[in-house]
Amino acid sequence: MAEAILDQGAGQTGGHDASHDEHHYTATGLDSWKVGFWTFIGSECLFFGTLLSTYMVYKGASLEGPYPREIFDIPLTTLSTFVLLMSSLAMVLGLDGVQKGERKKAAFWLGVVVVFGAIFLGFQYYEFNHFLHEGLTLQHSVFGSSFYVLTGFHGAHVTVGVIWLTTLLVQSLRGKLTPDKALQVEIAGLYWHFVDIVWIVIFVLVYLIP
Amino acid sequence: MSETTHDDAHGDGAHASAGFYWMIGGILAVLTAIEVALYYVKPPMEQPMLLILSAVKFVMVIGYFMHLKFDSKIFTGVFMAGLVLAMFMVSALVVLYHFLPAQQVPVVG
Repeated sequence: MAEAILDQGAGQTGGHDASHDEHHYTATGLDSWKVGFWTFIGSECLFFGTLLSTYMVYKGASLEGPYPREIFDIPLTTLSTFVLLMSSLAMVLGLDGVQKGERKKAAFWLGVVVVFGAIFLGFQYYEFNHFLHEGLTLQHSVFGSSFYVLTGFHGAHVTVGVIWLTTLLVQSLRGKLTPDKALQVEIAGLYWHFVDIVWIVIFVLVYLIP
Repeated sequence: MSETTHDDAHGDGAHASAGFYWMIGGILAVLTAIEVALYYVKPPMEQPMLLILSAVKFVMVIGYFMHLKFDSKIFTGVFMAGLVLAMFMVSALVVLYHFLPAQQVPVVG
């Protein structure tokens, strides 16, 4: 059985056309970049799991305010959540454009993802600034520490995603993002969607559930 | 395995149409609006409902936007391994610190 799988993988590795030359396949026949990236995403689940656990454990343990209910601006956070969700939609439409060789469509939607990602970061900057003025600092309370570390690391991931997607947008505008490079966009998309699903969890567990 | 397509074998499985992605995006937006409405209305069972809606959104994004529904099941397995461990860790710590009597919880720090 194992030999059959290895044979299959070896056969697929050797039997590709020019457009697949840059792809490397594992013994399972799956692209090694994609397997590696999914493994990375699995490990990132544990990373954010630890941060979320810390926030949940210390929830309600702050001895002095401001408390979450007093300072969270739910309408604003809802808007930023909506922007991030729609950026995921734009990402998948951008990938669709790259895969189909529709250059203008790909560049437009990748541009939308970058702009929406930047808007999300703008919302987060405004929120952090507002909280600091309210007296909630990283050292102020366990709520402040666990909240800033959790959402700050998420924001750092969004920042990395925006930079990564900007490089892809530039390639797209230069006409270098051809369908045979779709895997690059797909992997960047996996990262971006992961950032989105982390926020889906944070939005409910941190903001909506007291 | 013999039914696996050339693309599927490489994890580049056939993806959905642009119209389908728009529909998923619309559903995600509606579910988010329902979550926020629940936050303000505060019906009975608010928290379980919020968790269920969040889980539905999560599954829709990984299934359709991240293409796990169309791709090789190996990717699902690799992702789920990390996700299940993370969920177990979060659940265990929340139960330990919020639901067990204080004297049974080890002192932090």
